Amino acid sequence: MPPELAGLVQLRTGGSYRVDDTSLVLALLAAPSRTGAWVAVVGVADLGVEAAAEAGLDLDRTIVVPDPGDLWLEAVAALVDVVPAIWLRPTAVVRPATASKLAGRLRRRSATLLVQGEWPGCEARLSLERPEWYGADVGHGRLRSRRVTVVCRRTGAPDRTASLWLPAEEAPIREAQELQKVSRLAVVRETG
Amino acid sequence: MNTGSAPVPGGSRGVVPPSSGGSAPVSGGSRGVVPPSQNRTMVIWCPDWPATAAALDGGHGRDVPLAVLHANRVLACSAAARADGVRRGMRRRDAQGRCPTVVLVPANPDLEAQLFEPVLAVVEELRPGVMPLRPGVVALPSPGHFYGGEEQAAAIFLERLVEHGLWDVRIGVADEVFTAEHAARQVGIQEHLVIPPGESAAFLGELPVEVLAAGSGADGSGRDGMAAAELVSLLQRLGLRRLREFAAIPGAGVAARFGPYGARLHRLLHGGAGPGVVPRTPPPERACHEIFEPGLASIETVCFSVRRTAERFVAGLADDQCVCTLVEVEVETDRGTSFARTWAHTSWFGPTDLVDRVHWQLQGATRTGLLDGPVVRVRFTPGTVEPSADHADALWGSGSDERVERGIAKVQAMLGYEAVVRPVRQGGRGPADRQAWVPWGDRGVGLRPVGPPWPGSMPGPAPTRVFPVPWAAEVADATGQLVRLTERGVLTGEPAQFRQTPPQGAFRGGAWQSVLNWAGPWPVDESWWEGGSGGLVARCQVVDAVGQAWLLRYAEGVGWCTEAGYD
Repeated sequence: MPPELAGLVQLRTGGSYRVDDTSLVLALLAAPSRTGAWVAVVGVADLGVEAAAEAGLDLDRTIVVPDPGDLWLEAVAALVDVVPAIWLRPTAVVRPATASKLAGRLRRRSATLLVQGEWPGCEARLSLERPEWYGADVGHGRLRSRRVTVVCRRTGAPDRTASLWLPAEEAPIREAQELQKVSRLAVVRETG
Repeated sequence: MNTGSAPVPGGSRGVVPPSSGGSAPVSGGSRGVVPPSQNRTMVIWCPDWPATAAALDGGHGRDVPLAVLHANRVLACSAAARADGVRRGMRRRDAQGRCPTVVLVPANPDLEAQLFEPVLAVVEELRPGVMPLRPGVVALPSPGHFYGGEEQAAAIFLERLVEHGLWDVRIGVADEVFTAEHAARQVGIQEHLVIPPGESAAFLGELPVEVLAAGSGADGSGRDGMAAAELVSLLQRLGLRRLREFAAIPGAGVAARFGPYGARLHRLLHGGAGPGVVPRTPPPERACHEIFEPGLASIETVCFSVRRTAERFVAGLADDQCVCTLVEVEVETDRGTSFARTWAHTSWFGPTDLVDRVHWQLQGATRTGLLDGPVVRVRFTPGTVEPSADHADALWGSGSDERVERGIAKVQAMLGYEAVVRPVRQGGRGPADRQAWVPWGDRGVGLRPVGPPWPGSMPGPAPTRVFPVPWAAEVADATGQLVRLTERGVLTGEPAQFRQTPPQGAFRGGAWQSVLNWAGPWPVDESWWEGGSGGLVARCQVVDAVGQAWLLRYAEGVGWCTEAGYD
């Protein structure tokens, strides 16, 4: 887990998580990839390779199956056996029976599944809210950083949120908390 | 083939005088000081090889008149056809007129080379380091030492080749390839001629100039063949009959008057060293193949049966402390179709890797229809062999990688070889140019270096989604007027709304969205030298109302499209 997201959710091995946004998936996958783990990406034909590398993925240990077609489940099942972290974008509606069958396999192999799309029975759902891009200014500048609120929803527990820079100016991810404090302090100072 | 009836060849014929000249060539004496060469050369010549190959392929006997045609002219003919008056260079109709029963076959250089391969193997068994000159002619370092003399060696070679099923084989031995080939051309079927060391010039001198045209590049094709034909014609017009007379011309002006080919020949006639034998490195030594009798129709069965051969192949290389990183897998069906593909491996091939490659190749061939019958042969030929020390496993941590490779192979077996890829970065301007998929197991070929700066590439964080096929898009200003880019790279209006159409599975497409913020345009001169539309190309970053950012591209004449998204 990246420390910035550790307060939100603890990814368990054997669990499946729904993650809605690509940059968030990349941030979650970068942590195991940095420690030398293999990562598999199934069904993501529009993966931005450069962004993945910038996020911290080790491309030499990244397996991509861009277009598995109807055999996406079989491909994932084969990869679960050997890869500890898998990012899946299913190409069809997933039935609960399928999901639970795969969940059993994930538990046996101690792998973690991140799904971009509908997934019955996932442990938690992570998504980005209120994204704000900084840097672009009506024809001037360029996109530099994005302030987001990451929300983690799980059944039977209150939502958790975290404020992050994703990406930050000089890093792929950074907590925005301190900056918020600073700005609040500044506001306090200004107002008296 | 006709091994039973084949007589034991030539025996001890010793030095055979050239058929044209009456006297023995040895008598001429050598000009100047010619040191006896250590590197003697043997040339084995199978005359009319195109015809022989066609006869072997078609199952025709030796007595069948046969002619190989190229561009409606006879390229080669069998001895039987020649006896009926068919000659090289004759038109099809004339050949049929002389010999109505002649079997006409179109020229097939691939087949000629293919059928010559087993002949090379027979020769290589006796003496490694052969240098095939062209199908039908092979040179090798003379193996006299091993057989008690060159005469004996030639006799043994002839015997083995005749046993192999060749009928018309001739051998010449001399100091260099040129002389040895001409020596071979001077003898009869299954005979040999040895030119003693230093006697090459004398031997060649007695030959009529016409032999040059029949010599290297025998069919008048190729550079040497053309040069030889021209030289022969020139020498004839000068009234020179024998090569000796050509040799008598003072050396200084030869190159200027007769060209490089003539000059080289002149040097040879004066006893200068010609090209020696450059032995081909024998990869077939390490090649392995498996023959299935009868052929196997199921891919699974082939893969199962080929496993032992794959293990033997890898073990054979391992004995030499080598591993193979590039391998050619050749598959042959019972209809005679054979197809080969070269496979590279990121580290090196183990037996299971090889079996996988066979599997993929067969699958691919089934899809393309190349696999037209049961498989009768699978052959592995090493392409690149590297010392295994360079590829030694790391002390820790390689075990799990092997496991991963197995999983990948499983997926590849399911979806096809190209379906599993390794993401690679490369140099380029647009986001799609800056990345590539390399099939797992292949090395990336033709990738642009990431290193040097690419002017016009986008600064800042890279887009997380790069669409393989850009989405069609439109950009308009506040009044609904479509925004374009002028020739000077300026937008005609301020983007206020845009819409994009994802190809399918559109979750937010089609409708107009307002532009919250935007940056750019960054003009890129990328197409003018690539022969593209030649127009201006520019990129814009656009943030929509919900805070999603997109990278849009404008190309003159094409309009806007969405190339990438900052998801």
